[in-house]
Amino acid sequence: MSERRTIEIATLARVEGEGALHLTVEGDQVVDLRLEIYEPPRFFEAFLRGRAARELADLVARICGICPVAYQMSTLHAVESIFEVTLHPSVRALRRLYYCGEWIESHLLHMYFLAAPDYLGLEDGIAVARSHPGEVERGLRLRKLGNRILSLLGGRPVNPVGACIGGFSRTPTRSELKELAEEIVRARGEAEAALRFFASLPVPSRPQAIELVSLRHPSEYPMNEGRIVSSTGLNIEAAEFATAFREHQVPHSTALHCRRTDGGRYLVGPLARVLQNSDRLSPSALAARESVAERLSSPDPYASVFARAIEVIYAFDEALRVIREFEPPPKPAAEFTPCAGLGHGATEAPRGLLYVRVETDDRGDVLAIQIVPPTAQNQGCIEADLRELAPRILALSHEEARRACEMAIRNYDPCISCSTHFLTLEIERRSKA
Amino acid sequence: MSDSATRAPRRLRLAVHKFASCDGCQLQILNLEDDLLWLSQRIEIAHFPEASSRSLEGPYDLALVEGSITTARDAERIRRVREQTRTLITIGACATTGGIQALRNWADVEEWKQHVYPEPGWLEVLPTSTPISAHVRVDDEIHGCPVSKEQVLRVLARALLGTTPDLPGHSVCLECKRQGNVCVVVARGLPCMGPVTKAGCGALCPSLGRDCYGCFGPCDDPNAEALAGQFQELGIGPTDLVRRFRSITGNHPAFRRIGDHTGEDS
Repeated sequence: MSERRTIEIATLARVEGEGALHLTVEGDQVVDLRLEIYEPPRFFEAFLRGRAARELADLVARICGICPVAYQMSTLHAVESIFEVTLHPSVRALRRLYYCGEWIESHLLHMYFLAAPDYLGLEDGIAVARSHPGEVERGLRLRKLGNRILSLLGGRPVNPVGACIGGFSRTPTRSELKELAEEIVRARGEAEAALRFFASLPVPSRPQAIELVSLRHPSEYPMNEGRIVSSTGLNIEAAEFATAFREHQVPHSTALHCRRTDGGRYLVGPLARVLQNSDRLSPSALAARESVAERLSSPDPYASVFARAIEVIYAFDEALRVIREFEPPPKPAAEFTPCAGLGHGATEAPRGLLYVRVETDDRGDVLAIQIVPPTAQNQGCIEADLRELAPRILALSHEEARRACEMAIRNYDPCISCSTHFLTLEIERRSKA
Repeated sequence: MSDSATRAPRRLRLAVHKFASCDGCQLQILNLEDDLLWLSQRIEIAHFPEASSRSLEGPYDLALVEGSITTARDAERIRRVREQTRTLITIGACATTGGIQALRNWADVEEWKQHVYPEPGWLEVLPTSTPISAHVRVDDEIHGCPVSKEQVLRVLARALLGTTPDLPGHSVCLECKRQGNVCVVVARGLPCMGPVTKAGCGALCPSLGRDCYGCFGPCDDPNAEALAGQFQELGIGPTDLVRRFRSITGNHPAFRRIGDHTGEDS
């Protein structure tokens, strides 16, 4: 007798974007699995051609409302390498502060609004706020500081307007930074409490053999600079990205997938960063990492939430360090002369490595631009993860199966607006002929 | 106490929908944070996939719609949203003007598909990006890229009171004057879009010492032609002039006119 069961879920919730999951099962074998991303493409790489390089920071911010700083940073670094702009050390430090703001804002949004409901069996952050008001209030207080940093340097947290070629439109005053530092010092200890809260929740575990890819800097925890390294020995400059990685298209997704040139899948993001750069963490972030060491002993996507919490602690420490050592630069942005050239930028978005390649003409107008967001790179891992998960959820009810799939996907904090969007679940069960 | 005395008034049913966009305006709703928590006691968040796994069936009292229409499927979906909604309010530059992705309206989208994707035939997209109001009746608009969360809160609060929204239609210049900023056009000769751009951001760009780039779209009765003339006197050439107006809110008719009449297609 042939049994055929189809499960459909309307929309994957609590991810930034929309899509569908198609899962076909014969007996206990997964015969087809497709993460379908139907976010309408917006064609940034096409319409940015012919725009002035100085417009890029404002325009690429619009790729993603959740991580605009990352797009600004990778793009500006690429353009600055073409125009041979050298950042003043104080401006370079402020760019780290700027990135700290985005990591704090984005990680805490994910932890409290998107992920926490999973571990508590609730439907959203508002329900978590009812059941754990103190915890959510803490998360919001911490997150506001991230938005506060972004607003100080960029005017507003979503699509900030401060970053430009050579630095910022305006640098904050010492007294503005001092006031910010006081607020951070007051709230700082709560970042450890946030990690303890998540460590107390029943976060599942399923370690997997994954190649980890992140930046690596000689002395800093990686944000804006470093070489691209992997857990299997890759070690290249951003300019060599195309020698190690290749984008390709699949029929079921409007997001391009990025794989290693040999076809291999790899993971980018906070887990890859923490596992490859533990020795670059601040002392308190390292101590936090030690407190959840057993969850980080081998790559486990479910442990990403702990990596985010550790990075939040690091970002507060780093923000304070930058503010403490701040000397006002002579001017907010270095001068530049537009010229023709080819530049590469690789920085660490909250969700992982973000690569941008820019080519300009002699007026400094864009001839070509390639943008490889973190979620495009993680899609292969997400699909492989679901393939491994699938046999374990076949006995579950539809609702439980959906929750399990969504939770596995959410570990990657996929940002589908970035890579284009996300999820309806369809499980087709066929008995073997 | 009687039942009627303890029964809370019926909460407004809110839906948040996304079309082609960056999610930034929805994020501004989440950025309401504490306000969102008290609002949730008065407004039932019935459908907001980015924030909640729970999705309740329509009809909805109020819908906030982010994003523009770029596919036939979305053109169909927005009609269904309209049918289920009493008051439909669009949020952000994409929903109100077509957004940055409306740059395709001057281009050959087939060439764009081929440029970005190895297999352009797998994509189904419309040759245009259009605002929600080009497809269905819209009851009100909140402008901005992203919308200001204060304006979102103000609109939600007025919806709770049952009064009509009252967002300002004046230009960024007024906000700039209130803040005591030095005018970047007069003092530094920058091509600031503030004189023709709708207020709501708090004159962010001029406050940081740079020129406004028009992300809130045109203000009421903008004199874009006069500003374009002023830019030309500042030495802005035709290519830069077109790029200036043909940007994040460039598909709005008031800004379209400038680019289309400048005579150089960039």
